[in-house]
Amino acid sequence: MWDYLKLIGLGLVAVLAAIAANYAHDLAYQVNALTVMLAAGIAFLWVLRSAGDPRPNLQHEYFDSVIRAGAIATAFWGAVGFLVGVVIASQLAFPQLNFEWAQGYLNFGRLRPLHTSAVIFAFGGNALIMSSFYIVQRTSAARLFGGSLGWFVFWGWQLVIVLAATGYVLGATQGKEYAEPVWYVDILITVVWVAFLIVFMGTLFKRKEPHIYVANWFLLSMILTVAMLHLVNNAAIPVSIFGSAQVQLYAGVQDAMVQWWYGHNAVGFFLTAGFLGMMYYFVPKQAERPVYSYKLSIIHFWALIFLYIWAGPHHLHYTALPDWASTLGMVFSVILWMPSWGGMINGLMTLSGAWDKLRTDPIIRMMVVSIGFYGMSTFEGPMMSIKAVNSLSHYTDWTIGHVHSGALGWNGMITFGVLYYLVPRLWNRERLYSLSLVSWHFWLATIGIVLYASSMWVTGIMEGLMWREVDANGFLVNAFADTVKAKFPMYVVRALGGGLFLIGALVMCYNLWMTVRAQPQRATQHSAVPAE
Amino acid sequence: METYSFLRAMADSWFLLAMTVGFLALCVWAFRPGSRAMHQDVANSIFRNDDRPADPNPAKKEA
Repeated sequence: MWDYLKLIGLGLVAVLAAIAANYAHDLAYQVNALTVMLAAGIAFLWVLRSAGDPRPNLQHEYFDSVIRAGAIATAFWGAVGFLVGVVIASQLAFPQLNFEWAQGYLNFGRLRPLHTSAVIFAFGGNALIMSSFYIVQRTSAARLFGGSLGWFVFWGWQLVIVLAATGYVLGATQGKEYAEPVWYVDILITVVWVAFLIVFMGTLFKRKEPHIYVANWFLLSMILTVAMLHLVNNAAIPVSIFGSAQVQLYAGVQDAMVQWWYGHNAVGFFLTAGFLGMMYYFVPKQAERPVYSYKLSIIHFWALIFLYIWAGPHHLHYTALPDWASTLGMVFSVILWMPSWGGMINGLMTLSGAWDKLRTDPIIRMMVVSIGFYGMSTFEGPMMSIKAVNSLSHYTDWTIGHVHSGALGWNGMITFGVLYYLVPRLWNRERLYSLSLVSWHFWLATIGIVLYASSMWVTGIMEGLMWREVDANGFLVNAFADTVKAKFPMYVVRALGGGLFLIGALVMCYNLWMTVRAQPQRATQHSAVPAE
Repeated sequence: METYSFLRAMADSWFLLAMTVGFLALCVWAFRPGSRAMHQDVANSIFRNDDRPADPNPAKKEA
C-alpha cells in the first residue's frame, strides 16, 4: 500500500516537473525542473522494482548503508568543493582564467557561491548527516528511526546540492551569502531537514541508554537552529511559480540584520555546534578514553547556545545598523571566546594520559590539529569583532583567511579524521590501507592551511592599511587598483595553499578507496550473523 | 506603549535577567552533588553497543 502511495507521489512530481520545465521563464529554472523530473523518474523506477519485496526485521542491526553512502558523498563533494576553491583562487590571481567562452557561467561571481555551498553544505552537510546517523545510533543503542526515511534524507540532500549548484552556474540566486538557493530549493531543503529532524529525534525517543550523550545535544541543537534560521532568512515571495526569481520579505537594514543573524549562526550552529558533536564523539572514541570532563561539556553546550545567537551584528559594524545592535554583537562575540576555549580544552585534555598516541596515530593528530584550529579561529573571530579591529579588517582578505582557518583547519581536519575513523568500521575492514598516506594528507593539509592563512593575514592587513592611508592634506594615498596590484603575490601563495589542501584530500580519497578495495575483511561476531 | 518599545524594554530587562538566571541555574545543576557517577556513566556510554543495538527484549522484561 505504502509503495503505491510512493509511486503515485513520485509520478506526480515527475509530471509536474515536466510541465514546469515546459513553462519555465528562465534557463536555470528549466534545468532544475528537468533535474527534478529525472530524479523523480529514477526514484519511481527504483520503488517500482522493489515494490512488494519482503521487508526483513532489521531492528537488531544498525542502519549503516546510508552512512556508507554519506561517507562516499562527503569525500566526493569535499574534493569537488576544494577543486572549485582552487579554481576561483587562481581566477583572483590570474583574471585570464575567467575564460571568454565561459563568460557568464564560469567566472568568479558564478563559481564563488558554488565553492562556498559545495564545501559548507555538500561536504560539511554530508559529514554532519553521516556523523549524526552514526552517533545517534551508537549512543542510543537503537536502529535509526523511520526505516528508509534515512535514505530520503541522504538523496534529498544530494538533490538539493545538485539543484543549487546548477542553479548558481546558470544564474539562479537569492543573493544572500550562504543562503543563495532560490525559493523552490529552499522548500526542498525544509522538507529534507524536517525528515532529518524526525529521523534523529525518533532514534533518540527509542533509545536504550538512559541518558542522551552530549554529542547528540550539539547535533540536535544544530538541526533545530538551522531549521529556524533557514525559515526566517528565506522568507520570500516568488515572482512566478515558473521562474527562479523571488522578492525578499524584508528590506534594507532589517534584511541585512536577518541575513547576518542567519549567516553567523549558520557558522555557529552548522559549522560549530554540529562539528562539536562530531568532536565529542569521535575524539574520545579514537583516543579510547572518555571525554575529559562531562560537566565542562554541558557548560560548553549551554554557554554556546545562550551566547552564539547574539553575535551576528558584528558582520555589520559601521553600517546603517543601530550602534547598540552592533555593540551587542561585539560584546557577545567577545564573551563567546570563553566557552569556545572551554570546549577546546575539553577536547584536547581528552588525550591527557594518552599523549603518546599523537606520535603513533596520525588520525588523532589530525583531530588534535583540528581542535587547535578551532581554538585559534575562535580567538581570532572575537578579536576581529571588536569595532576598532573590525574597522581595519572588514572587507579585507583577513576575513577570508579567518574563515578558512576555521573551515579548512577545524571543519576540514575533523571531517578527515572522522572519515579515516569510519571507513574501516563501516566496510568492516581490519585497518586503513596506509597510515603513511594519512601522514602525507596531514602534512599537505596543514602546510596548505598555513600558507593560506598567513598569506591572507599579510594581504588583508596590507590592504586595510592602504585603504585608510591619507596624506598630509587628507587625501587618500592609494586607489583601489593599487591594493589589487599589491596583493598579487599573496594571491598566488593562497592558490598554492589551496592546491596543497586539495591534493591532500585526493590522497585521502585514494587511501579510503584502497581501504575498501584491498584490505581484508575483519572477522567479527557481526559478520558471522546470518543475513536473515 | 508601542509594540517595538515594549519588546525592546522587555528584552533588555526581564528577559535578559531570566536568561542569565536560567543559564546560571543550568551550570549549577551540572555541578550538583551526586551527579559525578551519572556523568561518568554517560561519558563511557560511547564504548558500549558499538556493533549492534541493545537487545530489544532484555531479560528483565521477561522476568
